[in-house]
Amino acid sequence: MDSVIALVGKDFVLSAADTSNARSVIVMKDDVDKIMELDSHKTLAMGGEPGDFVQFTEYIQKNLHLYEFQTGLQLSTHAVANFIRGELARLIREAPVLANLLLGGFDEVSGPCLYYIDYLGTLEKLDYTAQGYASFFILGTLDRYYQKDITLEQGIELMKRCIQQLGKRFVINQRNFIMKVVDKDGVRQINFE
Amino acid sequence: MSQSRYDRAITVFSPDGHLFQVEYALEAVRKGTTAVGIRGKNVIVLAVEKKSVAKLQEARTVRKMCLLDKHVCLAFAGLTADARVLVNRARVECQSYRLTVEDAPSVDYITRYIANLQQRYTQSGGVRPFGISTLIIGFDTDGTPRLFQTDPSGTFSEWKANAIGRNSKTIVEFLEKNYFKIMDESPEEEDEKTSVKLAIRALLEVVEGSHNNIEVAVMVPEKGLKMLESTTIQQYIDQIEEEKAAAEEARRTSGPTVTTSSRG
Repeated sequence: MDSVIALVGKDFVLSAADTSNARSVIVMKDDVDKIMELDSHKTLAMGGEPGDFVQFTEYIQKNLHLYEFQTGLQLSTHAVANFIRGELARLIREAPVLANLLLGGFDEVSGPCLYYIDYLGTLEKLDYTAQGYASFFILGTLDRYYQKDITLEQGIELMKRCIQQLGKRFVINQRNFIMKVVDKDGVRQINFE
Repeated sequence: MSQSRYDRAITVFSPDGHLFQVEYALEAVRKGTTAVGIRGKNVIVLAVEKKSVAKLQEARTVRKMCLLDKHVCLAFAGLTADARVLVNRARVECQSYRLTVEDAPSVDYITRYIANLQQRYTQSGGVRPFGISTLIIGFDTDGTPRLFQTDPSGTFSEWKANAIGRNSKTIVEFLEKNYFKIMDESPEEEDEKTSVKLAIRALLEVVEGSHNNIEVAVMVPEKGLKMLESTTIQQYIDQIEEEKAAAEEARRTSGPTVTTSSRG
């Protein structure tokens, strides 16, 4: 039921996610941050089974930090995407983890990159995408209005449009969303009304 | 009766209560390059002797100080290869600790972990002790600076200032004589400078002074580790030399009896 959206712009990746944690008909919490800062230049937006994705993404994050301490280097977004995919592909055969992820990152070599990763171990490099029910409602909006090399302002506007669309058509009323951007300066949260 | 029988397995005591392999490991430490740790009020400094690298060697591949976690750093004296293994184990533990309890490990915890590991290698079969002593510096979550030492036997202790490696005894004596005098007189805002200077000064007691064979790392809360530029280190060295010369000059002019200092 999580709505997770992300898109690549000219020199940034913008991610958005709803902030609710609901179980059956009850909302447990309405201020969950589902966009993790993996390292200084990577965001991981997540959906799926709350227990699973929190546990799994923290495991990934700690492994990346360990790699940084061991080598003094930061992995590229591409390398991290493949690492996550590998872990999910392994786990689904051992102890399946229900985590659907959108990895956004910025590195010197490849610039801004966005990867779609789901619990089955699918990995896809995309310009814009969404996870879960949200994708039914907003992929159309993104197909219609997304353009390559959009600015951050345009990106935020487009993201707002997607969120409006969800509010209009999605049977579940998701009250709050969080937005984070990653660019050459690192990760920061975007405040929007 | 040959002593060598108690030399073979490290798990065996000699009749007079020694574990020879552990003592040999301590000997390896005494032969290792020197490292000094100084705890300031709000800062911790590590200064190490850097072995001169061969002309064609890439100097950056030699590391004497390793960051274990964002807030903890380790310097060692002894066998570099052994240190690499220990450092790696500690780094894994730091991240593992963060994963399980969602908190940064305290410096005390990491020290205990490393000391525990070192101890295990003095008591199990088929292994030899780590040939290193370590100085572990870092900050606790409340911002308190800490300085610990561990050695091959697995003992650990906390210090205000300490040294390990070659000629460490000389440095420790120097620090015992000067630490309180210098640190107490230093104003709060000069804390970092004073600590760095004391660390370099202490190291210069046993190391030929030049920025080429000294490496200094400074840690302040929330900022992680900062390595000093070699030019900065040289500035400190020059300043120390000047002060030493001035002190010598003052002594010569004031008193009729000229005491010759062992170190000029």
